[in-house]
Amino acid sequence: MCLAVPGKITEIYTLNTLRMAKIDFGGVIREVCLEALPEAKTGDYAIVHAGFALNLLSEEEARETLDALREIGEIEAELGLEDEEISSKGL
Amino acid sequence: MTDSTLPILEGAACPVPMRHDDQIVMGHGSGGRMTQELIERVFAPAFANPILAQSNDFAAFLLPLEAQLHGSLAISTDSHIVSPLFFAGGDIGRLAVCGTVNDVSMSGAQPLYLTAGFIIEEGLPVEMLERIVTSMQAAALEAGVPIVAGDTKVVERGKADGVFINTAGIGWIPAGRQIGGALARPGDAVLISGAIGDHGIAVLSARGELGFDAAVTSDVAPLNALIGAVLQAAPGVRVLRDPTRGGLATTLNEIAQQSNVCIEITEATIPIHTPVQAACDMLGFDPLYVANEGKVIVILPPDQVDAALAAMHRLPYGAEAAAIGVVKPSPARRVLMKTFIGGTRVLDVLAGEMLPRIC
Amino acid sequence: MEYAQAFRDGDLVQRVVGEIRRIVTRDWVIMEICGGQTHAILHSGLDQLLPPQIELVHGPGCPVCVTSLELIDKGLAIAARPDVIFCSFGDMLRVPGSNQDLFSIKAAGGQVRVVYSPLDAVKIARQNPDKQVVFFAIGFETTAPANAASLLQAKALGLKNFSLLVSHVCVPPAMHAILGAPDNRVQGFLAAGHVCAVMGYWEYPPIAEQYGVPIVVTGFEPLDLAQGILMTVRQLEAGTHTVENAYPRIVTREGNQAAQAMLKRVFRPVDRNWRGVGTIPLSGWGLQPEFAEFDAENRFDVGHIQTRESPLCIAGEILRGLKKPDNCPAFSTLCTPANPLGAPMVSSEGACSAYFRYHRPQDTL
Repeated sequence: MCLAVPGKITEIYTLNTLRMAKIDFGGVIREVCLEALPEAKTGDYAIVHAGFALNLLSEEEARETLDALREIGEIEAELGLEDEEISSKGL
Repeated sequence: MTDSTLPILEGAACPVPMRHDDQIVMGHGSGGRMTQELIERVFAPAFANPILAQSNDFAAFLLPLEAQLHGSLAISTDSHIVSPLFFAGGDIGRLAVCGTVNDVSMSGAQPLYLTAGFIIEEGLPVEMLERIVTSMQAAALEAGVPIVAGDTKVVERGKADGVFINTAGIGWIPAGRQIGGALARPGDAVLISGAIGDHGIAVLSARGELGFDAAVTSDVAPLNALIGAVLQAAPGVRVLRDPTRGGLATTLNEIAQQSNVCIEITEATIPIHTPVQAACDMLGFDPLYVANEGKVIVILPPDQVDAALAAMHRLPYGAEAAAIGVVKPSPARRVLMKTFIGGTRVLDVLAGEMLPRIC
Repeated sequence: MEYAQAFRDGDLVQRVVGEIRRIVTRDWVIMEICGGQTHAILHSGLDQLLPPQIELVHGPGCPVCVTSLELIDKGLAIAARPDVIFCSFGDMLRVPGSNQDLFSIKAAGGQVRVVYSPLDAVKIARQNPDKQVVFFAIGFETTAPANAASLLQAKALGLKNFSLLVSHVCVPPAMHAILGAPDNRVQGFLAAGHVCAVMGYWEYPPIAEQYGVPIVVTGFEPLDLAQGILMTVRQLEAGTHTVENAYPRIVTREGNQAAQAMLKRVFRPVDRNWRGVGTIPLSGWGLQPEFAEFDAENRFDVGHIQTRESPLCIAGEILRGLKKPDNCPAFSTLCTPANPLGAPMVSSEGACSAYFRYHRPQDTL
């Protein structure tokens, strides 16, 4: 129920009573409803589902998540578990 | 059931027929003077070549000398019904020429001649037909394959989406060249001539129903020169096929079935342009199933891969060619994909129509 | 954006899965509530990399699958009317009603249009003032704001020819229904990241507490899913049952307040019949009285609906995680994506269609 993709807000305007935005999904531009993000500005990233922006995307949180996950990778390496490539077993 | 506002005045009954300069009307398909005028005004100038200039209902020609001595003929036909008629990177005319040039080329044949049949919807602006026909001639010239015979019919409003075009093509296969879908062998390498999904997304974007604008152009292109170069560099090629409707995955399945082998591709090696991936992510499409109109799958012995890729990289339509997989003995008749994260997934044929989803 | 590809990084995923393998000591059953997560797990092959002790069961988070048969039949009856343009997400097109589906109505000449957004349906209504435009408003809390926005726009524009056929369902009541069932096997939960982007996750701690089950808000990329599973397994191994957020770049505890305000204005809690599961009290949303005129069920009299479900379909047990699709005797024989007996075989994220499409390589044809 949850196909949503992140995109960059490039333009904000009002159209037919609703707050709308043009959002760039990496070369694909689509008009999206921004009613739920009154504080969003151009340049922000939003997560979009069915033509509606659900929330803003925090780049800082994204970076922190990736850093934390990379640390797991380093622990693996220290424990010498890195070599064992986990490929699909039992096929 | 037509609600045409034009009075029907053509035919012997009318002493002074009205001129219909800007729109195609039923009379253009009647075979009489209006048809002749349409041919003279639109088709003949665009497709000008010596065979067509003979003005017969057929084209007669000699085969190339080598073909007369040894070799075989290949013939193919395809009908084109794309909507909208014009999209980024092409139009129905270019599609019709390239589609059949490519089909013929997939046998390893050198395409020689094309025919083009038009079924035109009453009301189509003549200017639009002119644009289509000009585009067809440009594609034919690029491919070096002239259009030597044709036909025109007109149907009532609502009975054709603007225009339907059928093209047929004939080509010559040098003796000894054996290329076909049943010939893939375990150990063979699988190549693709470039990025997938461009055509399908470009057409969807042009259609406008889903409200998105993609920086994507259709890849529609004649591939006979590219294929010729590949076959020169890698004469051991066993399979050539273009992944049109149904996409790369469906076409690989056809080959796997015909050859009774397993084809395994690696997700990380498949070239795809960023906006195509973005559009697919947004709509919930799998790019492996999106149509292409300027790509060829090449299956060949592994020792000829480098030569084949080098030959493709030298040409504009093969700049992004890549090795994407291998042929294995089993599981037979299956296409598998090694995913980004190291899992293995079965790729089935496309079942039904791809529809945008929210789930 | 630059981070998009990072969450599909195969190397990082393998390392996270390596950590799961390192810490797991016994069997665990984890449910991912959202069908989109089921799809993503199978699509990327993540289930193949996980250690055998982890069993993933797929929950009823597929709004296409759980929309009641009666409502589908009503939708089909409305779509067949010559004065109606029936708009729907693509997902619904082949869902079987008692006798047919939207696709066959379209083939028979009915005006059925697939849209990407309910706001596109409002556009269609404005462009076709002589027709009634009805939008099939299915979905969980993720989709509800889009549907609410379409109604707010229709009302502000004074449109008289736009209405919604509402079939909204909510996640927390479904979790209660699953965890509260006597035969429940689920020990840990991956909560739906995009539902939580709207609603936050403040509703979940009471559930985690009541049933002693860890709940981790999880995203949809392979790395997100691997991380969500890792955090759940860590809790299971440690014997804790709290709510954690593995999707902080999109989800906050409170969620999107502006979206929630829109929802409160347009929708109110109602009982909903979940196809294959039964009626769960206050598990869905219907329209507030202020918007009653936009309710397609009020606007169209579709007569008496006699529903007829296939006797072979075990969708209910599958949606509750009690059975797997390949346990079903009709799976891939009588019931296939081309000829579905029930919704989970036709929905792109239904467990049955996912199993059918992503079946393992050694299966015979």
